[in-house]
Amino acid sequence: MSTLPGLLLEQAKRRGDQIALREKEHGIWQAITWAEYAERVCAFSLGMTRLGLERQDRVAIIGDNRPEWLIAELAAQAAGALSLGIYQDAVAEEILHVMYVAEARVVVAEDQEQVDKILEIREKLPSLEHIIYYDPRGLFGYEAPGLVGFPEVEALGREAHSVDPEAFEEAIERIDPSDTALLGPTSGTTSRPKLAMLSHENLIEMASRLQQVDEMHPGDEFVSFLPLAWIGEQMMSVSSALSAGFTVNFPEETDTVRADLQEIGPHMMVSPPRIWENLVSEVQVMAEDTTRFKRLIYDWAVGVGEETARVRFEGRKVPRALALKRRIADLVALLPLRDQLGLRRVRYAYTGGAALGPDVFRFFHALGVNVKQLYGQTEVAGISVVHRDEDIRFQTVGTPIPGMEVRVAESGEILTRGPAVFQGYFRNPEATRETLREGWLHSGDAGYFEDDGHLVVIDRLDDVMLLADGTTFSPQFIENKLKFSPYVGEAVVFGGDQPSVTAIIAIDFDNAGQWSERNQIAYTTFTDLSQKEPVYRLIRSHIEIVNADVPAAARITRFLLLHKELHADDAELTRTRKVRRRFIAERFADLIGALYGDSPAVTVETEITYQDGRTATVEHELRIETVGQ
Amino acid sequence: MGADSSLVRLSLEHVTLRFGGVTALADVSLRVADHELLALIGPNGAGKTSILNCVSGLYRPQEGRIVFHDSDRTAHDLHRLAPHRIARLGVARTFQNIELFKHMTVLENLMLGRHVHMKGGVLAGGLYWGRQQNREIEHRRQVEEVIDFLNLEPYRRSAVGNLAYGIQKLVELGRALALDPDVLLLDEPLAGMNAEEKESMARFILDVHEEWGVTPVVIDHDMDVIMDISDRVVVLDFGRVIAEGRPEEVRTDPAVIEAYLGEEHHAEVPG
Repeated sequence: MSTLPGLLLEQAKRRGDQIALREKEHGIWQAITWAEYAERVCAFSLGMTRLGLERQDRVAIIGDNRPEWLIAELAAQAAGALSLGIYQDAVAEEILHVMYVAEARVVVAEDQEQVDKILEIREKLPSLEHIIYYDPRGLFGYEAPGLVGFPEVEALGREAHSVDPEAFEEAIERIDPSDTALLGPTSGTTSRPKLAMLSHENLIEMASRLQQVDEMHPGDEFVSFLPLAWIGEQMMSVSSALSAGFTVNFPEETDTVRADLQEIGPHMMVSPPRIWENLVSEVQVMAEDTTRFKRLIYDWAVGVGEETARVRFEGRKVPRALALKRRIADLVALLPLRDQLGLRRVRYAYTGGAALGPDVFRFFHALGVNVKQLYGQTEVAGISVVHRDEDIRFQTVGTPIPGMEVRVAESGEILTRGPAVFQGYFRNPEATRETLREGWLHSGDAGYFEDDGHLVVIDRLDDVMLLADGTTFSPQFIENKLKFSPYVGEAVVFGGDQPSVTAIIAIDFDNAGQWSERNQIAYTTFTDLSQKEPVYRLIRSHIEIVNADVPAAARITRFLLLHKELHADDAELTRTRKVRRRFIAERFADLIGALYGDSPAVTVETEITYQDGRTATVEHELRIETVGQ
Repeated sequence: MGADSSLVRLSLEHVTLRFGGVTALADVSLRVADHELLALIGPNGAGKTSILNCVSGLYRPQEGRIVFHDSDRTAHDLHRLAPHRIARLGVARTFQNIELFKHMTVLENLMLGRHVHMKGGVLAGGLYWGRQQNREIEHRRQVEEVIDFLNLEPYRRSAVGNLAYGIQKLVELGRALALDPDVLLLDEPLAGMNAEEKESMARFILDVHEEWGVTPVVIDHDMDVIMDISDRVVVLDFGRVIAEGRPEEVRTDPAVIEAYLGEEHHAEVPG
């Protein structure tokens, strides 16, 4: 058993001149070999030690996905310290909370934006001594105690290395696999994020056990574009990459991810449902915008793809004629489409973090993309359950990976035990006691096992609804069905303890906007578009389709289109874009009240903060529509 | 600002420009110190753009001198030079109406910005070998610096005509920056932008000024931004300089208020 920096040294020795990381800069993919990777970690680690970093200290890291992020993380761990990733779009107050709890001494912040946020809250963080930035742009002329550039710290470390060339490896040898390697922020759907302590052993065990199911090799490509503070991204870019030796690619900018994905053509991908849903919407919109002839081909090819996928998932052999049709469909439409999406080489397209709607699943398998559900949480260093190839069922999340025990308690709660289960929450023994009982991690998720060993996750235990007729139902299930429409951005379904089911829907501005343009409906803002009668009709027709598909008691009776997008900055979503249902129920209590009333509209007041700090209140009237049963 | 502020970059001495009977500029003298952010303001038709056109060589003033001091402190008489020579000396500009090649990509437009620095004949360029190749790579590297600086990565291969207006404005700025200028003349860089675009454009102008060490001369009607970012303001009216000084001095100058509003009024001048 090794440690993460230990694995890095091993890779550097075994395949020093092979490519470990690649970053697109100046329009060209710039490679960093394993040897260079280790050298930079060494330099940065010794540099931080020079600055006074000690074992057990906490190093916070905040920024977009760049090589420096991983270098900083491994450097902190090599020095015996703990790394703490923070979501880069977190606002100052959220950063304050995690950094305060962690009492970080060093923060590695990408650029001016992040440094500004840190400086804003610095007074409240007495333990913070050093702020290290790696993109100097705009930081010219900044003077703050402890503010220093990444290369300068590396230079310090190189100097230290030339004085004592053994220091780095000795420091790594002193770390034990059972030492805490990182603090992972939990997503915080119900409360403020807690910090899960994960040891080197937890992280490495998780990765190696996943690789027993799905092989990953040196030479495989992975694109790292989701926040590195998210455990799913950590699982791939750090623990799996270090143990399997594959290449991690960093896109040029957030806005270029799609183009960069296409250039790299990754072999593995991990994304929350949102990303897959967006891809589907994009393809659907593309198909609608194309010529009638192409659309005909597309419809036929996807139809053939769906049929083949269905036969395969039923465990039957694909008949010859169908296989031939499938090959033609691949040639004329599916392969080019996969190529267009950057999914041509992908072997494992994981989706995790929340449930992916069956329609999205079906769509990707029709295209020939091996989308697999994972189930896990920060507290198991990533995942514990995954679909096996050729044994994929849309409504399940698969079967446990080797070495992880998963069972369902009498309460319906999913419990996990095994070598990847975390050490507890940092400085929060109370929460630890609640979550970790006799080695079993209490997930707070409701689920059950099917006869063939597949785990089904229903929803958060607290969210499962009891409908008027006494049946239990998952709001997430309906929400996912709603979100399959490209015009629905987010949906929140209510109905527990209520006589009927209702929904608040935020439209997808881009797609609904394009639709409106095509139908010559003029609009100005999101609010304006959301209240257009034809848009209501559009969404309503989709709701009727969804209603036809669910039991009578779970059918949506009334809905409204929200005047704004749900956003993490307004605390309506978590940073991983999960809906914070309880918060929304509180915030939009008036709207929900109106949904269960009988008026055809409801007025909302929004407070707007202008750039100069002034505020104003704006009133909007939102229409409420009743859906015929 | 680290540089010696007494060093003059650009000076206009008694410049007069006439179009037939119309006097566009009448005996205009002004100096731009190295590393200062100078703003030219004034009502429509005051002669702001005419000054930029004289400096960049599009117009020939009938009287006066325009002198540019390059980084080696050599003085060049700009009023005798052709526009492309002026550009090569290190004076770049943007235009009020976007003047880009709409059917070409962002990258191609920016590479064209480096055109005045490109050497090598048809043969060397056609063969693309040896020294010529290295030169091309160097040009591309400089263009990529500009792309990185202006966050234009997502648009590198997009045809300029298809881009949003605010992005086109940035490309226009990028094309001027690709020239690697000492003096950057910006003709209404903020015109037609929304608040957010204005903020980021203002940020870019400040960064060009502070981090790239370029001396910008800015014309714009957005007084809030101009007063915010400039070190010194020169006010023109009917082809004459009627006031100059620090933004707060100019703001309260009675002649300026008069020129803008025609009567005594507080100088929260039009936008």
